[in-house]
Amino acid sequence: LSRIGDELYLEPTESGLSLRAVNSSRSAFASFLFAPLFFQLYEPGSTGPDTELFRCKVHMKSFLGVFRSLPSLEKSMGKCLILLKPRASRLVLQLHCKYGVTKTHNLAFQECERLQAVFDTQRCTSRLCAPARVLVEAVVHFPPTLAEVTLGTGPGGKISLRNYVEDEAEPSKTMVTELWLAEDEFQSVAVSPGSHITFCLKEFRGLLTFAEASNLPLTIHFDDPGRPVIFTLDDTVLEVHLVLATLSDLESDSQSPSTNGVSHLPAPSDDFADDLESYMAAMETSEGGSRGPPSPTFHLRTPQPAESDPEEEEEEEEEGAVPGTPPHKKFRSLFFGSVMTPGGPGPATTQEVLAEDSDGEW
Amino acid sequence: MPFSAQPPASGERYALSASLDNARHLFSLLRAVHFQDHATCFATASGLRVTVEDAKCIQANAFIQAEIFQEFVVQEESVVFRISLSVLLDCLTIFGTSSLPGTSTALRMCYRGYGYPLMLFLEEGGVVTVCKINTQEPDELLDFDFCSTKVVNKIILQSEGLREAFAELDMSSEVLQITMSPDKPYFRLSTFGNAGSAHLDYPRDSDLMEAFHCNQTQTNRYKISLLKPSTKALALSSKVSIRTDAQGFLSLQYMIRNEDGQICFVEYYCCPDENITEAGL
Repeated sequence: LSRIGDELYLEPTESGLSLRAVNSSRSAFASFLFAPLFFQLYEPGSTGPDTELFRCKVHMKSFLGVFRSLPSLEKSMGKCLILLKPRASRLVLQLHCKYGVTKTHNLAFQECERLQAVFDTQRCTSRLCAPARVLVEAVVHFPPTLAEVTLGTGPGGKISLRNYVEDEAEPSKTMVTELWLAEDEFQSVAVSPGSHITFCLKEFRGLLTFAEASNLPLTIHFDDPGRPVIFTLDDTVLEVHLVLATLSDLESDSQSPSTNGVSHLPAPSDDFADDLESYMAAMETSEGGSRGPPSPTFHLRTPQPAESDPEEEEEEEEEGAVPGTPPHKKFRSLFFGSVMTPGGPGPATTQEVLAEDSDGEW
Repeated sequence: MPFSAQPPASGERYALSASLDNARHLFSLLRAVHFQDHATCFATASGLRVTVEDAKCIQANAFIQAEIFQEFVVQEESVVFRISLSVLLDCLTIFGTSSLPGTSTALRMCYRGYGYPLMLFLEEGGVVTVCKINTQEPDELLDFDFCSTKVVNKIILQSEGLREAFAELDMSSEVLQITMSPDKPYFRLSTFGNAGSAHLDYPRDSDLMEAFHCNQTQTNRYKISLLKPSTKALALSSKVSIRTDAQGFLSLQYMIRNEDGQICFVEYYCCPDENITEAGL
């Protein structure tokens, strides 16, 4: 999670403790959900029918600092107690170590809104599942500084990985590395042929390291370029999601900003969740003109405020008003959904559309 | 290792002359008090004491008894001089800081007396280096007047339990707070840094606790930057005694055993930080 963002969001839920992070350009989101069974004791706190469970965020460095020198900690620490004390504004981490020694860390936290990216693995047209080791061995061929990589599907069910080269780069000075993985290296392959996505490798490496260490297979859900790619790890007591924005595949950027967020897009209905997805899809196609074959030019896109329900507008404008992605980052930010009534309908259990982080720092 | 080049003939009278087969032990002891450039050396018939001070608040002493040396002769009642500890340490490791097994640096120290430089003869593998380090007027040193009758609280801990704690102290905290009490939390080290506060508790019945004599609950704060250098002494030691007196002065005494099983001591004395108020403890 520290590879993604500088702040760690802690959200206790009935189904477990969720730890999340988002990057500054909002193009990467990760969440780790630890089921109650993962813990010796899990008490998310009592809530009334109208009150939500308390959640907060802490500085990533402060939290990690508690667990530094992990090798010696593994030998000396017996158990760790995590307490969230809203009234004292402290997150308490108490480590019980050998010789009866107790280390208590009282970390300051900030209250926060729920952090949740909009994504739905069921809606992805392609899915790959591989043991982490296969992907680790594939990724090792790319230099550690490589920013973006393109994953593609080729003939015969082969999967390719290629470093992404910016069009501004001089062809004679760039090195292209491409490797192909056979279908049988994967545990399952269900992809639409000729599809490809480009995403940030650096942010993916963090998850890959974790997957390898925990020996869990990694599933990659992806769709069209521009739609987020979702990496998942599943275990009996842990659910991990990493959502990365992908480069979209537009031919030109000659559209003026005013044509975005055009008025003819469908207004969200009661079944808001569904329409949010189709709304996003509609926004992409209308802005890009025809979806031709991938062009050599990939252009910077920033999310535009959408014309939608007035009550949502403020939050979305807030997001649109923020300079989205800085020029050197070519990924659009993931759409972070607006507030939805809890228990709202969704096409699948993985659909989670929740409140946007509205503490104004973006 | 025998000397192939002898120091000047013994016709000359030296205030201090000492020989040590392996300079490494001396080096690591002196390094454990090296938080200032200069040190004051005292030599008496019982041995050598090297003192370093800072900010009129903290004093560290390294004691090397005469028995540790192969030869230790002090001709005057007491010998005192101020010297650059940094230079002394560099000289002691003139043949390099990493020690190959089977090799050791032999040392001979000679001091003619007031106004003369300290002479070091170092030999390793047949190669001899002669160093002359200038000495200065000794400074007046603090006297913490810490005697056992004034001690309010005392504990002796196995160093193993504290090493990691000291190495990982939150340096963004200005102070290290030490609580000693006959009741819970018994012995607690606290820091108040940017991330928040951290407390390290050692119960009185811990296996690490060799002795626990706390009569009164005391909480004192010390500037963390002054105490941090004591981590080196802690790393070398097998046991540490922690004592406080009625004014909150802190005494840390480290028992250090060398390869030959001989014991030396390093101690740190520190004044409590008066600027910090005791609110909200």
